Amino acid sequence: MNSITGKRKRPADAALYIIIVSFTISVSAMVVYFIGYILFKGVRGVTLSFLTTAPNPINNTVGILPAIINTVYIIFLSLLVAVPVGVGGAIYINEYAKSSRLIRLIEFTTETLSGVPSIIFGVFGYVFFCMFLGLKVSLISGAFTLTLMVLPIIIRTTQEALKAVPVSYREGAAGLGATKWYMIRTILIPSASGGIITAVILSVGRIVGESAALILVAGGSAMYMPKGNFFQQIMGSGSTLSVELYRYAYSRGENEIGFAIAAILLVIVILLNLTIKTIKKRLNGGAK
Amino acid sequence: METSITRSRGSKAPIEAVMNCVFLVCGLTAVASVVLISIYMIASGAPAVAKIGAPRFLAGQIWNPESGKFGILPLILSSITATGLAILIALPVAISVAVYLTHIAKERTANAILFLIELLAGIPSVVYGLLGAILIAPIIFKIQTALGLPMSGSLASASIVLVIMILPTIISVSVSSINAVPKEYNDISLALGSSKMQSIVKVILPAGKSGIVSGIVLGVGRAIGETMAIMMVAGNAPIMPELLKPARLLTVGVSMEWAYSSGLHREALYGIGLVLFAFIMIINVFLSFALKNGGAKR
Repeated sequence: MNSITGKRKRPADAALYIIIVSFTISVSAMVVYFIGYILFKGVRGVTLSFLTTAPNPINNTVGILPAIINTVYIIFLSLLVAVPVGVGGAIYINEYAKSSRLIRLIEFTTETLSGVPSIIFGVFGYVFFCMFLGLKVSLISGAFTLTLMVLPIIIRTTQEALKAVPVSYREGAAGLGATKWYMIRTILIPSASGGIITAVILSVGRIVGESAALILVAGGSAMYMPKGNFFQQIMGSGSTLSVELYRYAYSRGENEIGFAIAAILLVIVILLNLTIKTIKKRLNGGAK
Repeated sequence: METSITRSRGSKAPIEAVMNCVFLVCGLTAVASVVLISIYMIASGAPAVAKIGAPRFLAGQIWNPESGKFGILPLILSSITATGLAILIALPVAISVAVYLTHIAKERTANAILFLIELLAGIPSVVYGLLGAILIAPIIFKIQTALGLPMSGSLASASIVLVIMILPTIISVSVSSINAVPKEYNDISLALGSSKMQSIVKVILPAGKSGIVSGIVLGVGRAIGETMAIMMVAGNAPIMPELLKPARLLTVGVSMEWAYSSGLHREALYGIGLVLFAFIMIINVFLSFALKNGGAKR
């Protein structure tokens, strides 16, 4: 540092410094090791036929195409409901709500919802969507359950983005005679689009990684391709990539396949995180 | 925020009124979800608790559905033990990393480490389960063999996996609470002649305490709710918690026997879900208190 503060050496300071640095290095090294280990162990298993076929017990080949399709369905269906509702909820809190009590209630329940563990969502989803609404154990029940799980992410992230839109934009629009909905549609949502996209990406990450709830509400295997038309397919049960990882690695002890799926999941997570970083950088760059 | 121009503009067009309603409904969805979840968790969990009897359910030490014994005390204690251990180990590490990121590292290094921490937060729990089973459990196996115990999944493995999983939560909350401490505190403390480390330990960390506490509470919530990773490393026998023996946590208690349960057995699993839900709600109330106090101090 400089001569005044740096003159006196305290052994306790040095010890603390060493502890802090070594903890940080260990954690960083651990993450790097985990990522390297998964990619190294998993990459051999990721072949073209692994990605593009269904499991075939007769030929004794393994493929995860059904799980990939199920994952895509569940992502698509969950976001179809969660994005409009979540963005709408954030707009309500930020632009419409006048009672601070109601705002606090919504924010508290959003916090609560984000703290509920996935197994509880699983039990609730089973009792409510599968049984009460009669949707059975199916992809659509899984999608509805996940909608509730990603809702807080979307509400919170969109709210942050809306807060960052300058008040002068709203005043300008109002001053030019725009109605509120027109202002939201043409000024607010486009200005907050970076935040909304970030919310979508965060949600995709959560959905791809989810397993505990989906085992209960959407089914625990992906042996066959989904059958029938789109609606029959989403009314059928099926597992996503994460659930398949669990099934292969834990239930059947086939760690090789587990690592191959883990490597795919990890690559997806890394890509999603990089995209968020790029968006953040671009948003910050735009502001300057 | 409450600018009169944008707020006062009452609109006549019907679309405005419709959209107002639509947004209100969207806003209330979160409230409705929490209410629905609470109602359904209680409605599905309470009958089993009533049939088995709350004391026998909550304080019973034996879980054996075949002989009609539904005591979940081992599950409750295992969850508490694993969570407590995980927090105890994760906390000093997380605070160290947070201090390093905010006060020692150069910006580029800090960004790189933050990216790694965010990755750690994004890794799915099944992947942690797999890593735990392949990398961490074997270390515990060696200790078990050395002590003459049977090799199995254990409470220790589960706690270590939880440590890794809650690290990113506590780190990121601690980083933001340390960043929220006014820079002058540090400047003044340095100007008064304290060293960098003294200023961190005596001034910055105490000032950021409330934020760190909410990080801990969030970590507890995450740890107590974790299911899949634990199921893959804990061995899952419903016995009283012992570090080197298999343990079944509350979350695993629900998911483990789900597929082949029916009747009272299934209802008892709903009951476990209700107990877990009660834990989480208590933690949430704590969290909102911690946040409120934190806000008042600043």
